[in-house]
Amino acid sequence: MAKLKLALYWAATCGGCDVAILDTNEKILDIANIADIVFWPIAMDFKRHHVEAMEDKSIDVCLFNGAVRNSELEDIAKLLRAKSKTMVAFGSCACFGGIPSLANLTNRSEIFERAYVEAPSNVNPERVFPKTKTAVSEGELELPEFYDTVLALGQVVPVEYFVPGCPPPVDLILKVVDALATNQLPPPGATIAAEKTLCDECPRKKEEKRITKIYRPHEIIPDSNKCLLEQGIICMGPATRGGCGARCIEANMPCRGCFGPPTGVYDQGAKMLSALASIYDVKDEKEIARMVEEVVDPAGTFYRFGMSTSLLQRKRM
Amino acid sequence: MAEFEPKIIAFLCNWCSYAGADLAGTSRIQYAPNVRVIRVMCSGRVDPTFVIKALRAGADGVLIGGCHFGDCHYIEGNYKAARRVALLKKMLGQLGIEEERVWLEWISAAEGSRFAQVINDITAKIKELGPFVRQNRIQEA
Repeated sequence: MAKLKLALYWAATCGGCDVAILDTNEKILDIANIADIVFWPIAMDFKRHHVEAMEDKSIDVCLFNGAVRNSELEDIAKLLRAKSKTMVAFGSCACFGGIPSLANLTNRSEIFERAYVEAPSNVNPERVFPKTKTAVSEGELELPEFYDTVLALGQVVPVEYFVPGCPPPVDLILKVVDALATNQLPPPGATIAAEKTLCDECPRKKEEKRITKIYRPHEIIPDSNKCLLEQGIICMGPATRGGCGARCIEANMPCRGCFGPPTGVYDQGAKMLSALASIYDVKDEKEIARMVEEVVDPAGTFYRFGMSTSLLQRKRM
Repeated sequence: MAEFEPKIIAFLCNWCSYAGADLAGTSRIQYAPNVRVIRVMCSGRVDPTFVIKALRAGADGVLIGGCHFGDCHYIEGNYKAARRVALLKKMLGQLGIEEERVWLEWISAAEGSRFAQVINDITAKIKELGPFVRQNRIQEA
């Protein structure tokens, strides 16, 4: 069998997804055995014009990590889509917008104001902001246009598979590689992880869920055998897809929701809000107000990895 | 231009609020025609997803109607609704959605006139707020 042609790209992301691929350690040799990497900006010296020169659909698989938040990222997502037979949204940012999509709680002008004026390390009395076109004596310089709204990859181009996780765990990556090598990929549109919630695979002891106080993780040392929600810590398990191997739970930290909503759930944040309000066992209005107070940042907590693909997608400004 | 007529989605519980709406009808009480009623078995059945989805689909306001505290057919469904709506309002506030778009009211089966009053109040308030326009990919000039 001819080797697969594999492309990897990073958009609005931290780079952790690329590191996760390297985390496959010696298994990366298996990847090299079945695939030729034709594009991987973080690790190899291929340029955009090399991709442009390829024929359409000549790349077998593109693992695209990161969200889309400017015109250059949108361009390259469309370019790689045209050149690839199979597009994989790799990691939470590409799947749901990820951490960058929290920028959907603000907009471009507020972000620019903070980044170029207010930040303490700035001296910018003339209020110079990046422009898409700048005339200099040598000609015109161009910068990509920064968007108000961070988008998930699937909101820009059609995507065949979703591999969630921040970053995707090594065993999931190997599962994808195996499926590619043996040509046993699931039907397009599938998310390569568990179908059920994290709670379904969580090893902790679960009893009656009734709480009367919410603790933030730094306020309490949790019992490492007992359900974190039952201890009053907001754990996104009930509203989050499983398949991660409960990595955070094993480290005695609550789930933050990086695998996105499970199959059949439209809106991860609304589901988690619903679950948390259900188990908070108070009836008095004052106590309900206390609960609302204790959830310090509901939007940021419940949509931490998924503002882009949530039902409301962004703040109304 | 014609006056703005808001669309209001009302999730009414089978045992109290829906019966209250029914009583308003059989009593021939007139009230604003802006409400579209969806019957649910209990206000505790109303998932916050329903509220968000209604807004996303073009509703200008959402009402959740349940039994008064202590009267819930399922003992404590309305308490759950009260906690969910309180937290949901805080979260919607962060997303730039006015608190008065989402209402939680306790209406018993005997309160037909109260149902009519609630609908009139909500309609008036939402007319003040104006239509709910969702933004997705706003791009400023």
